Amino acid sequence: MRREPPRRLADYAPLVFPGLMLLVFFVVPFGTMTAVSFFRRQQGGFYTPDFVLDNYGRFLSPFFGNVLLFSILLAVAVALACVALALPFTFTLSRMARRTQVLWLVAMLSVLSLSEVIIGFAWSTLLSRTAGITNILVALGLMESPRALVPSLGAVLTAMIYQALPYTVLVMYPALVRLDPTLLEAARTLGASPLRAFFNVVVPALRNTLVATVIMVFVFALGSYLLPQILGRPTHWTLSVLITDQAVYQSNMPFSAAMAVFLVLLSLALVGLTVLVGRKDDGQ
Amino acid sequence: MSARVLRWLLLGALALFLAAPLIIVAGVSVNEKQSLDFPPRGFSLAWYLEIFTNREWRNALWASLGLAACSAALAVAVAFPLAWFGWRRIAPWTKVLQLLGVAPFVLPPVITALGLLTFWATTGFYGQAWTAVISHATFFVTLPLVTLTLGFASIDRPVVEAAATMGADDATILRTVVLPLILPYVISGYAFTFVLSLNEYIIAYMTVGFTLETLPIKIFNALRYGYTPTMASVTVLFISLAAVVFGLISRHGDLPHLLGAPAAERD
Repeated sequence: MRREPPRRLADYAPLVFPGLMLLVFFVVPFGTMTAVSFFRRQQGGFYTPDFVLDNYGRFLSPFFGNVLLFSILLAVAVALACVALALPFTFTLSRMARRTQVLWLVAMLSVLSLSEVIIGFAWSTLLSRTAGITNILVALGLMESPRALVPSLGAVLTAMIYQALPYTVLVMYPALVRLDPTLLEAARTLGASPLRAFFNVVVPALRNTLVATVIMVFVFALGSYLLPQILGRPTHWTLSVLITDQAVYQSNMPFSAAMAVFLVLLSLALVGLTVLVGRKDDGQ
Repeated sequence: MSARVLRWLLLGALALFLAAPLIIVAGVSVNEKQSLDFPPRGFSLAWYLEIFTNREWRNALWASLGLAACSAALAVAVAFPLAWFGWRRIAPWTKVLQLLGVAPFVLPPVITALGLLTFWATTGFYGQAWTAVISHATFFVTLPLVTLTLGFASIDRPVVEAAATMGADDATILRTVVLPLILPYVISGYAFTFVLSLNEYIIAYMTVGFTLETLPIKIFNALRYGYTPTMASVTVLFISLAAVVFGLISRHGDLPHLLGAPAAERD
């Protein structure tokens, strides 16, 4: 059947249910959250409707500045590490037999679907004193006695890379699997080594994809809300952790909402940037 | 030759990195006593039994399964008409709705969680179990939307046109031609949402955290108030469940295509 523009009002009927659902349960909640961010906080965890800018004013404190700076640096580190690891892997993956690809993709999806709670628990066990890798080092005679490697920045970083790596691979996969194989063949025929062909041909051809992936993974890493809490010290808390903490444990919804609004704007700006980068790719 | 060695090293190291925490957790889950030792002391599958016999863990498991089953169904119900409309009609502004469907998944989950928390608190429904179903369904609607859009795009238009020429109306075509062709994509959209909802923590916690304990919430509480090897056995159960579901999708459908590769050539 050909695609046609809707002619009668009844033709729009299928949109009513999804439109209402998304409007009421996605757009309106953003509205209530933004409204709460201007409310006045009451002692004891309540808030009253008002229009105050105090909650945004708290952004100017050095405490918030530190958390924001740390969140951004941590997410940048995770994004760069993930792309550096995922690029050669996804490239190799995209050149494998389809059957082997399916196996790896199932593994990637399984790890990606794991709850952040579970990833946090698994890594805290792996890095613990009683069950951790240091026990293996002791058994090999490389260490005197087992010790705990958590809480530490390294633990937070490792677990966040673990969490974001499958996501990175899946974001990159479509571009790499569709990459013209003759590009590489040409380079090889002209005498480039596989490594050189990879760095001089594949990487430049994917420049925009790589930039877009770094930004997507950066936003993904900004969203990590539990790993810094489970595996790090309070100095390793990120904006997402702070939002959760203020909302749930400090009962300061207005401040929490203000930070969330800020995070929305930051993420939207970055996602918008990837759309722009992607459009440039099409134009070439 | 060196490139080949390098490739195997890369794949091996990555596989080890992905598997290491799960291997340790699997080891911990078979401890005989209530301790999280690795290598495990003794061998027992009691902690797997515990998920089903201990009332708290069993309730959490049921809560999670129920939530995942309902929210995945609702997500598919929201995504289906939207994807169908995009395929059937030329209406550029429906892109706005589709963008709305993708947005929750791209933004940090804390934002959606907090938005829904303020929403349910304002409307006075905070804490009711069904609010979690709606919250998860709108958050994960991206997944069935993506699989269904791909599914509709894969339908041969001439087949549908033939049915239309022979006088079938929209509803008949949908039921007799489109639905059988799109069913695998409906199922994979449902399955993706089911597995992710099962594992989702922050939205469930912020909407019904104080009234309903899902498995991820239960694990998090156990992390704070006393470790038990049951946490490890649940983790093994979850990763196996995910692997089985995604394995089934790949057996009955074209997983690389669902994830963005060109469609496989048909034999």
